[in-house]
Amino acid sequence: MIILLIYVAIFVGSFFLVRFGVERVFSKRADFTSLKTVTFGDESAVRPNRWASVISVITIFLLWGAFTGSKWAPVHAPGPFIGDTTLTYTLEAEDGTTDDATITLRVHKYGEAPELPVVEPGEGFAKNDAAIVSAGRSKVVLFDKNDEAKRKAGAKVVAIDGKPVSIGSAVNVAAGRVALTDKGAISITPQGGLQMEPIWLPPPEKVVERFVEISTEGYQGFTLWEHLGFSLFRVIAGFLLGAIVGIPLGYAMGLSNWVRGWADPIVEFMRPVPPLALIPLVIIWAGIGEAGKIILLFLAALWIMAIAARAGVSGVNITKVHAAYSLGASKFQLMRHVIVPNSLPEIFTGARVAMGVCWGTVVAAELVAAEKGAGMMIMVAARFQLTDIVLMGIILIGIIGYSIDILMRSAERYLVPWKGRS
Amino acid sequence: MSTLSIDGISMRFDLPNGGHVQALKDISLEIKTGELMSVLGPSGCGKTTLLNIVAGFLAPTEGSMTLNDHLITEPDAERGMVFQQGALFEWMNVRENVSFGPRMKGQREAEWGEHVDHLLDVVGLADFKEKSVFELSGGMQQRVALARCLANDPDVILMDEPLGALDALTREKMQGLVLKLWKETGKTIILITHSVEEALLLGERLLVLAPRPGRIHKEYRLPFADMGVGQDLREVKKHPEFGEKREEILNMIWDMEEEIMGSSEEAGA
Repeated sequence: MIILLIYVAIFVGSFFLVRFGVERVFSKRADFTSLKTVTFGDESAVRPNRWASVISVITIFLLWGAFTGSKWAPVHAPGPFIGDTTLTYTLEAEDGTTDDATITLRVHKYGEAPELPVVEPGEGFAKNDAAIVSAGRSKVVLFDKNDEAKRKAGAKVVAIDGKPVSIGSAVNVAAGRVALTDKGAISITPQGGLQMEPIWLPPPEKVVERFVEISTEGYQGFTLWEHLGFSLFRVIAGFLLGAIVGIPLGYAMGLSNWVRGWADPIVEFMRPVPPLALIPLVIIWAGIGEAGKIILLFLAALWIMAIAARAGVSGVNITKVHAAYSLGASKFQLMRHVIVPNSLPEIFTGARVAMGVCWGTVVAAELVAAEKGAGMMIMVAARFQLTDIVLMGIILIGIIGYSIDILMRSAERYLVPWKGRS
Repeated sequence: MSTLSIDGISMRFDLPNGGHVQALKDISLEIKTGELMSVLGPSGCGKTTLLNIVAGFLAPTEGSMTLNDHLITEPDAERGMVFQQGALFEWMNVRENVSFGPRMKGQREAEWGEHVDHLLDVVGLADFKEKSVFELSGGMQQRVALARCLANDPDVILMDEPLGALDALTREKMQGLVLKLWKETGKTIILITHSVEEALLLGERLLVLAPRPGRIHKEYRLPFADMGVGQDLREVKKHPEFGEKREEILNMIWDMEEEIMGSSEEAGA
C-alpha cells in the first residue's frame, strides 16, 4: 500500500517536474507534430515521452532497492531492528507472589547465526533468559525452563514491561510486539520495518551477484549460457519447423479449394488450443527430452504461421494477380513474384507473434519438466527458495524475449519496406 | 488481320438468394487493329464486366471472342491491361515493374533493357527508374502502369478507368499521353471511363452501354481523338461539335440513370 502510494506520488511529481521544469530548460523538438494543438484524441500525436520512460525504469529500481535495503539505493525504507533488546516479564507463582525477570533478545540479520547472549540469572524465583531471533521472525521463549516457579505448577506471566497481559492478548513494548501463547509461553516479534526480506525479494545487487556467480560457475550442472542457449535453440528449432510446414500449408489453403476445405477445420480447431494445454500430451508421447519440447513448439508455431500465410495470400489485391496474368506470368511465376512477396508482411507479423508464443511456451514447458533451460533453472531455484535466481531468470527471459521482438522488427523493416504502403 | 471480334456475348449468373443477374446481353463488336474505342455508361451497366471478359478473367455464359482468329479463353500477354490503381508491385522498383512482362518471358536485360528505358523516357519517368513505386504520386504510378503494359508489346490494351483516381490536372496531362502513345504505337485500345469528356476526347469510336441488362445502346464515330493528337486537348474541347456531343451523351446517360432510379423506387414500393 505504501509502495503504491509512493509510486503514484513519483508518477505525478515527476510529471510536473518534467513538464514545468526540465522541458522548459531543454529545447523541445520543433517538428510537425509539435505544432498540433489537438493532441488529446489524436493517437498519432501521442509519442512516448522519453523522460517518462527513463524515470519509470529508474523508479522501479529505486523502489526495489529502497525496500530491500540495497547498498545501491540512496534512500531506504525503515529496516528491521537489529541488535540486542530486553524486556521484563512479571511472573506470578501459584501462591500469588510475583517476581520480575528480563529476557535479552538478540535480533540478527537473516542468514546469520550469532551466539546466545550471556546473562546473569538474577535474584528471585524468576530467572533472566536469553534468546536469539532472525529479523522479521517471531520467537517463542520458554522462559520458565530456568525458573523456580513452573507453568505446569500454575505459574503465569501477568505483565510485560509493567503492562498487564493474559493468554490470547498482545502488548506493544520497546522490544516489539509481545504475546502469550496458548500455553502461556512468551512470543516476541521484534520491530520488522518496511523492508522486504531477501527470501521474498532480494536486493538488486544480490541478483547481480547471482548472475555473475551462475554465469561463471553454472547452476544444476549446466552453465547459464547453456540453460539460455538450450531454451533459445528449442524455440528457434520449433519455430523454424513450424514455419517450414505452416507457411506452405497456409499458401495451399489460400490457393486451393480442396486444401482450404481439408485443413480449415483442423487449423481453426487447433488455433484456440493454448500450446500449454498440449504439454501433458506431448510429455506422454515424446517424453521430457528435446524431441518433446521441439514438437510442442512446432505445434505452437504451426497454426500461427499457417494462418498468417493464408491471410497473406487472401490479402493479395486481385488487380495485382490479374495484372501479372495479363503480363504473361505463369502460375509459378505469379507465386514467386506476386503472391510470396505480397504475403511477406503478413508472414512477418505472424512470425513475430509465433516467436513470442514459442518463447513463452518453452519457458512454461521447462517449468513442468526439463533437465536444462531457463524455465527449469528458475523452477529448481524456486524449490530451494533461491529467490535471487528466480528473479535473475525472469529478467533474463524478459530481456531475451524483448530482444527477439526487436530483431524481428528490424528484419521486417529491412526485408519488407513496402509494408503498409500499397 | 489483328482484329478483335466479340460475338454475341451474354453473361448471367445466379445470386445466393435464388435470383439471378443478367450482367450483359448479346454484345457483338468488331474492333480493328489500331482502333481506339472508349466505352461509357451509367454505373452498373457492365462496362468492367465486359472488359474482364475480353481480358479473359471471366467466362461469358454465351458467345465467344476471337483475337487474330483464335479463341479467347484465359488471360494472355497479347491482351495487356491497365487498372485504375493498386496493380503495381510494391516490392519492385519502377524499372523492375516495367520490365515484368519481358522478364516473365525469360528475356535477359540485354533484350529488354533498351526498350524499357525508352518507354520510361516516353512516359517521363527516366529519373525515377530506381525509385520504389510507393514513393511516386498517383499520376506517376499510372504512367508506370502504362509503360509496363507497353513494355510487354500486347496486341490489344484494355484500360479500366486508368485515370479515374487522378486529380483533374494530372488527368488532362495523362489523356494527352494516352493519345500520344496510341498514335506512336498504333495499338488497339479499349478504354472504359466514367467521364463523358474523356470518352469523347479519347474515343475514335465511342460505345454507350445501357444497364439492366448491359447492352450496346449507341455507337459513335468521333473525330476528336485524331484532332487531339496534334493539338492542345483544351482546344479540342472548345470545338462546337464537342459541346453538342457532350450534351447529347450526358442527356442519354441521365435518362438511363433516371430509369434505374425509377425502377428501384417501384421495386421498393
